[in-house]
Amino acid sequence: MSDQPSHPADDADVDASRRGFMQSALLVAGAAQLPLSSANAAPGTGATVPFVPARPFTLNVNGTEHQLSLEPRVTLLDALREVLQLTGTKKGCDRGQCGACTVLVDGRRVNSCLTLAIMHQGAKITTIEGIAQGGDLAPIQAAFIEYDAFQCGYCTPGQICSAVACIAEIKAGTASAVTPDVRQQTVAFTDPEIRERMSGNLCRCGAYNNIVTAIQAASAQAGA
Amino acid sequence: MRAIDFDQASDPASAIRLVQQANTKFIGGGTNLLDLMKGDVEQPLRLVDINHIGHDQITELPNGGLRIGALARNSDTANHALVRSRYPLLTQALLSGASPQLRNMATIGGNLLQRTRCPYFMDTAFAMCNKRAPGSGCGAREGYNRMHAILGASSACIAVNPSDMNVALAALDAVIQVSGPKGERSIPIAGFHRLPGTMPQVDTVLHPTELITAVDLPPPAFTRHTHYLKVRERNSYAFALVSAAAALEMDGATVRQARIALGGVAHKPWRVPAAEALLAGQPLDEARCLQAARVLLDGAQAFKDNGFKIRLAERAVVRALLEAGENA
Repeated sequence: MSDQPSHPADDADVDASRRGFMQSALLVAGAAQLPLSSANAAPGTGATVPFVPARPFTLNVNGTEHQLSLEPRVTLLDALREVLQLTGTKKGCDRGQCGACTVLVDGRRVNSCLTLAIMHQGAKITTIEGIAQGGDLAPIQAAFIEYDAFQCGYCTPGQICSAVACIAEIKAGTASAVTPDVRQQTVAFTDPEIRERMSGNLCRCGAYNNIVTAIQAASAQAGA
Repeated sequence: MRAIDFDQASDPASAIRLVQQANTKFIGGGTNLLDLMKGDVEQPLRLVDINHIGHDQITELPNGGLRIGALARNSDTANHALVRSRYPLLTQALLSGASPQLRNMATIGGNLLQRTRCPYFMDTAFAMCNKRAPGSGCGAREGYNRMHAILGASSACIAVNPSDMNVALAALDAVIQVSGPKGERSIPIAGFHRLPGTMPQVDTVLHPTELITAVDLPPPAFTRHTHYLKVRERNSYAFALVSAAAALEMDGATVRQARIALGGVAHKPWRVPAAEALLAGQPLDEARCLQAARVLLDGAQAFKDNGFKIRLAERAVVRALLEAGENA
């Protein structure tokens, strides 16, 4: 990413103050739940939301075990960004529609906004911060730079995590909605296959053509 | 999202015991439930995580059919070698829904229970929704109803079932295996989802304390000649306007037996045995397919914005049947 000074570097600086705000907002929101409140009554049931204490659990992210203590309702996305400070994973829609929050759980791509952190004890989570191989960019990261596969960069971490899995899935012969005959156990590495398989990652800048090119290029390399 | 308590079940028995606590729901993939909780549409006080209770394998049944564990993921089910080779209709339907990320999370049991995408249900800014707030009225009947039902609707609700998988399971005569405090039972897919009637808040005949453990498929009769056609606003990652699952058993050019299920048109996958009977023992041609489609859509009633669905559904049925006939 060092060839693209505008975005990733800025992101860290610009984001620092906003992150501070988000963290305090998260804490305040947590504090607001402390007193029992009739405003929290479940409709039609008369039941109130009890105080739910934080639970201790561990999360393995990018090869490191983290001891966390969080309320069960905290999503994996919020745990990564607001608690572990891994802000490469982005919050777009927070409703499973945009793919900006895509991470790998045990090598499979998922929307981290639609799953609870506490459900992933024992899993191996890989975020965009764990995609590079040591000090070297992963082939897909280098290809995104070489083929100009982004403009604003906000969707890029999710696109890259998704692309890593997309390439692996095609190489494993998994079918997609555009595979001509799903009974065949091999799949061709075509542009329509890539487009269909990347449709869970939206890009408001419209860098789609270059994303497809970057994925094609990276897939051609060994170890992509 | 509101505060929730959380239990992790280690086996089906503990899951069924834990879910009997007040205002408690199971969580599998969570892709639908957490989305609705964020929107304050679903308001459980406690979730029971069932991701560690087993029931995630796909195994052959003694009768030659297939048992799909309720916790098997959509992506794993779609790509299981036996599903792809023997039930390609199910693979096609599963892969036409959602995105790869969501399919990696979503479970077969959860997909059966996926709630409608009617915007009047999904958004609490709308006061009227009998499904979300029984007795409040239906915002969609007089509102924007382009995505809504043309069959089986009631004055209380015109929402549609959003699942692609359910449409294929209906065509394949799947049987839902359920376990609960009173023991186990089997529910044929045709009787699993309800029409809205006067109780649109109840989507299925499943009791809240029952756990779906598996979906059984009968021995494969429709491996060669099947097609799932999904018509939508864009070619990927969108819900169906209408969809058609067609499955044929052919004897040369003659149809031995046919199955057709429609999605996106009703509160449940729509099947009419009389339409299928029209095709049996006959050569597969366009005129006969259209005849069957019209029987399938008999009684269809459009609202302000969805009149197009009737012709669209007819044409989808014809095309799905003809495509299925050509596959070999």
